[in-house]
Amino acid sequence: MANPAPDPGIYYVPHSSKWPLVGSIGLFLMLAGFANLMNGNKTLGMPMTFAGIAVILVMFWGWFRNVISESVRGLYNRQVDFSFRMGMIWFIFSEIMFFAAFFGALFYARVLSVPWLGGIGDGELTNIYIWSGFEAAWPTSGPEQVGGEYGLIGAWGIPLLNTMLLLASGVTLTIAHHALKAGQRTQVLIWLGATIALGAIFLYFQMYEYVHAYRDLNLTLGSGVYGSTFFMLTGFHGVHVTLGTIMLIVIWFRCLKGHFSKDDHFGFEAVAWYWHFVDVVWLILFIFVYVL
Amino acid sequence: MATDTATTVHDDGHEHAPSFIDRWFFGTNHKDIGTLYLLFSLAMFLIGGAMAMIIRAELFMPGMQIVNPEFFNQMTTMHALVMIFGAVMPAFVGLANWMLPLMIGAPDMALPRLNNLSFWILPFAFLIMLSTLFMEGGGPAGGWTLYPPLSLQQGNSMAFVIFAIHMMGLSSIMGAINIIATVLNMRAPGMDLLKMPIFPWTWLITAFLLIGVMPVLAGAITMLLTDKFFLTSFFNAAGGGDPVMYQHIFWFFGHPEVYIMILPAFGVVSEIIPTFSRKPLFGYQAMVYATASIAFLSFIVWAHHMFTVGMPLGGELFFMYATMLIAVPTGVKVFNWVSTMWQGSLTFETPMLFAIGFVVMFTIGGFSGLMLAIVPADYQYHDTYFVVAHFHYVLVTGSVFALMAGAYYWLPKWTGYMYNETLGKWHFWLSTIFVNLLFFPQHFLGLAGMPRRIPDYNIAFSDFNMISSIGGFGFGLAQLLFVYVVWSCARGRSGIKVGDRVWEGARGLEWTVPSPAPHHTFTTPPKFDDRDLAHGDVSH
Amino acid sequence: MTPRRILACLAMLVVTTVPALAANPQRWQLNMTPGVTEYSRQVYDLHMLILWICVVIGVIVFGAMGYAIFKFRKSKGAVAAKWSHSTVAEVTWTVIPVLILIGTAWPATKTLIWIDDARESEMTIKVTGYQWLWRYEYIGTDVNFISRMDRESDRTRMLRSGMDPAAVQRDGENVYLLDVDNPLVLPTNTKVRFVITANDVIHSFWVPALGWKQDAIPGFINEAWTEIHTPGTYRGQCAELCGKDHAFMPIVIEAVPREQFDIWLEEQNRLAAGDAGDSNAPLAQLAADDALLANATESL
Ligand code: HEA
Ligand code: HEA
Ligand code: CUA
Ligand SMILES: [Cu+2]
Repeated sequence: MANPAPDPGIYYVPHSSKWPLVGSIGLFLMLAGFANLMNGNKTLGMPMTFAGIAVILVMFWGWFRNVISESVRGLYNRQVDFSFRMGMIWFIFSEIMFFAAFFGALFYARVLSVPWLGGIGDGELTNIYIWSGFEAAWPTSGPEQVGGEYGLIGAWGIPLLNTMLLLASGVTLTIAHHALKAGQRTQVLIWLGATIALGAIFLYFQMYEYVHAYRDLNLTLGSGVYGSTFFMLTGFHGVHVTLGTIMLIVIWFRCLKGHFSKDDHFGFEAVAWYWHFVDVVWLILFIFVYVL
Repeated sequence: MATDTATTVHDDGHEHAPSFIDRWFFGTNHKDIGTLYLLFSLAMFLIGGAMAMIIRAELFMPGMQIVNPEFFNQMTTMHALVMIFGAVMPAFVGLANWMLPLMIGAPDMALPRLNNLSFWILPFAFLIMLSTLFMEGGGPAGGWTLYPPLSLQQGNSMAFVIFAIHMMGLSSIMGAINIIATVLNMRAPGMDLLKMPIFPWTWLITAFLLIGVMPVLAGAITMLLTDKFFLTSFFNAAGGGDPVMYQHIFWFFGHPEVYIMILPAFGVVSEIIPTFSRKPLFGYQAMVYATASIAFLSFIVWAHHMFTVGMPLGGELFFMYATMLIAVPTGVKVFNWVSTMWQGSLTFETPMLFAIGFVVMFTIGGFSGLMLAIVPADYQYHDTYFVVAHFHYVLVTGSVFALMAGAYYWLPKWTGYMYNETLGKWHFWLSTIFVNLLFFPQHFLGLAGMPRRIPDYNIAFSDFNMISSIGGFGFGLAQLLFVYVVWSCARGRSGIKVGDRVWEGARGLEWTVPSPAPHHTFTTPPKFDDRDLAHGDVSH
Repeated sequence: MTPRRILACLAMLVVTTVPALAANPQRWQLNMTPGVTEYSRQVYDLHMLILWICVVIGVIVFGAMGYAIFKFRKSKGAVAAKWSHSTVAEVTWTVIPVLILIGTAWPATKTLIWIDDARESEMTIKVTGYQWLWRYEYIGTDVNFISRMDRESDRTRMLRSGMDPAAVQRDGENVYLLDVDNPLVLPTNTKVRFVITANDVIHSFWVPALGWKQDAIPGFINEAWTEIHTPGTYRGQCAELCGKDHAFMPIVIEAVPREQFDIWLEEQNRLAAGDAGDSNAPLAQLAADDALLANATESL
């Protein structure tokens, strides 16, 4: 590629790239395939879904390789960096709103619909005419006990441990960041590695807890509105931790390769922001899903 | 924020023209992507419009003549989804892509590759969504609001539609991020936020709305998906959930969504009226603050769509008051537009005609909106054609008219040629006459008691329905004229080349670059003095 | 439009602004029905109030704009002024609308608080929406029946049935899609409470003459009440999209004087009880209805 000499005073407008189109094709294949799977059409669904995922992975790999090489070549100035920051901040904000929808559902169920079904406040008639005998309580699987009897996961066992793990991972990540700013590469790798390990352990416990819930407690996605909110909130959080961990691993290798300098390491920071966001979501989740 | 940009590198080889594929499929140029968006939305407008024609044809007279009720409901649902997510929203994003960098003196959008991704997701999303019409069981038929439990009864289409909407949401969020980054980061040195033209302002605020609510929609439909396929009970009373919960989450998105479709329209009109009045925009800062207030209020009025679901009294009152409040900042805008025209030096080229049509007819739609906000009266209006009349006035004679105005206003800048003014004026007058024939009688129908979303009705409703359908066909045909005008302008059929400043009264950086705007503009940030700005006067 | 039709339009405008006429939809009807209850009249008044407010504001705004359009044309030599701000004007047109809005919100709030209170009602009717018919239960009695669209409308509304909707009449009135087999019979001058729910998807119970609609939500009960003053037949429809036959689940209320109603209710009660003797009666009734329901869903 015939690139002009990198100049710090220049806003970099990239050349045409095939990755966006590849990405949208991948998304199309994956989601259309997934929809087919849900409708029970495996012959079409399976290959489409997997092809889609593969294409998306390739897209990420190619796209980021571009960005990294441009970054390493110093094509980005402070202004470009600021655009990236904006991108990441508002992306995280949109993620917060996504979680807000599910927290909204949780609060709605706990504060409004379940009490109404139990005859509290405006629900008096609802209880008398349709669900007489049902008493509002949380957790609940509703007046018809959808999903059958189930046990609960106490807050002070694994969930508390997981809270500690994530809090600790926030600390290790910050230490790594400081090390990066101080230019101590080995320290960065160690602390970043610790963060990854903490994330992975968290995920392990989360899986363990899910298995326990499904196998021993009969607490499932189908356990009424409690099971629904419980698994959707912790599940989406888990997905985000997984993504975050993968991102941390990528960053770890980039540190190893020396992509980041003391004062130019936006990739690192973006992942750190993301990780802290995942952290905070967990804290809210711990309080409202497990403790209260 | 002032920038430290000196010059810009365009890493796509200036020397040789990019190949067709490079330019239109892999491109990162904001103008090309803008063009793609605009063409895509025009196509969707025709598809969504064709569906509306089927609706109007079936409603032409009482009795079932053309389609069966199930298919009718599919048309209603798809018509709305296509128009909202396919026509109006992408059209405004297209305008933003084309015009924002030109108006704020930026070399391109802040994140050009992301920009291309935002666009290319859309055709695939609509491919998925429209394909459901050909599936076993047909497309979604539960209305665009997808209320459960009805939407959960749907067959195969549901999963496809939900994923398609996820994709549209993703595209919107990325587009919004790009716009925020562009406006906050790419303004030419010296262009403070409060000197920026109004259109970028309205888009900046709209972008925040988008980021705030599209993910919530994603959450809502994800819960639909799990309720249908993964046994959850969010919207099922037996399991402790509530169908009405969906409506709350949906309308938390849905109401801001309607302002997402109108705020950029306000921006376009606020650019056009000063130009053809040859007078600065009245109350520039008031316009900015009014836009921000509308955006803020839009987050706390959602349940006015749900007055009849049996909310507690306190909730109904709160949402009534909050909704009524929106009339105040909106009124400020309307009054400011009229004041801008007052003692101006007016001419009436097609963009101005559409802008004036917008102000009048949007206000009519706003009035009926205010009526709907009165809870006891909404117990009568709700889910009737009165509501249909309301939202088509704000959406068709509002958003779509503003889009038309914007298209005529900037077409010469895009193509380098003047469009055919005579045909443009014909387009305006035919549209205006027919659109009122189409939607005004629907007020009467609603008041007389005709529910919405019905394929057949009592004889009492026959006369106004026939008038409405005739208006509909006329309006539809008139839009073909628009397609022709655009096409002939792009081809340079009029033969009239235009200069940089196409309109005598036009202000703003976009009028300082040649027409057609060259592929790359403002590779070095422009220097301007404040009189160049669109409204000419930013001190108030 | 022929001159006669225009006249008819105008006549309708006059007619519908005079309360207590045309409780059911009429051709060329332009305005909301004032209905037959105290509440519907209050709603009608609110509607007219806000309508006129909008008309007046509209006249002022569009008038000013029209004046500007004709007066300040460049072709007439108008020269643009330079001003672009006026604090007085801006404050005025912020404050005045606020006052107007408070002025409308006040009566609206009063009406709403009043209609929200269903206490002291003399009888309760349970309304249940099904795809696509209604069930009415007179609480405290054995009377419990379902109400479906009449056969003639049903045959006529079939795709390309070739039948004329205008021919579906009762007592000289066109009742196409607005008639049922078993109307809901209510007493006049009695505060009747409705408890409304649905069995499958959301429906909405709406009779314009009563002045309100209320959604029927599966799993929840919504409350509403009415007190009809004028005897008569009042027609309405389901007002929430509920699937393919949403357009075909009308509601008909037969409002009769109290004495007549009491006789009717007693008669119905006896019939229901007589069917299968003592406590099994409602069950038998339910079974019979379920058979009907099954039939209804079969004929989809
Ligand atoms: C662009 C889209 C758009 C816009 C801008 C609006 C604007 C408004 N809308 Fe509308 N609305 C829709 C799109 C839109 N709406 C849609 C799509 C639906 C139906 C969705 C569905 O169910 O499918 C809907 C439905 C809807 C309802 C629910 C009706 C029902 O289902 O029962 C309500 C109720 O309050 C409402 C109110 C309002 C109000 C108060 C405004 C206000 O913002 C209007 C403010 C403007 C003015 C008032 C005019 C100008 C002001 C003045 C000149 C000042 C002085 C005026 C006074 C003091 C009177 N809208
Ligand atoms: C931006 C949004 C938007 C736009 C632009 C429109 C545009 C139009 N809409 Fe609307 N509409 C909605 C948003 C919109 N609509 C929504 C949200 C709903 C509610 C859905 C629901 O209940 O879930 C709705 C519902 C709705 C209904 C009610 C359906 C029902 O309740 O059963 C009707 C009925 O008349 C209607 C008609 C029209 C018409 C005639 C147009 C016209 O303006 C369209 C004109 C355009 C064209 C016609 C295309 C151009 C011409 C051609 C392609 C050539 C062919 C032409 C001929 C054969 C004449 N729409
Ligand atoms: Cu029942 Cu619509
Ligand atoms: Cu709204």
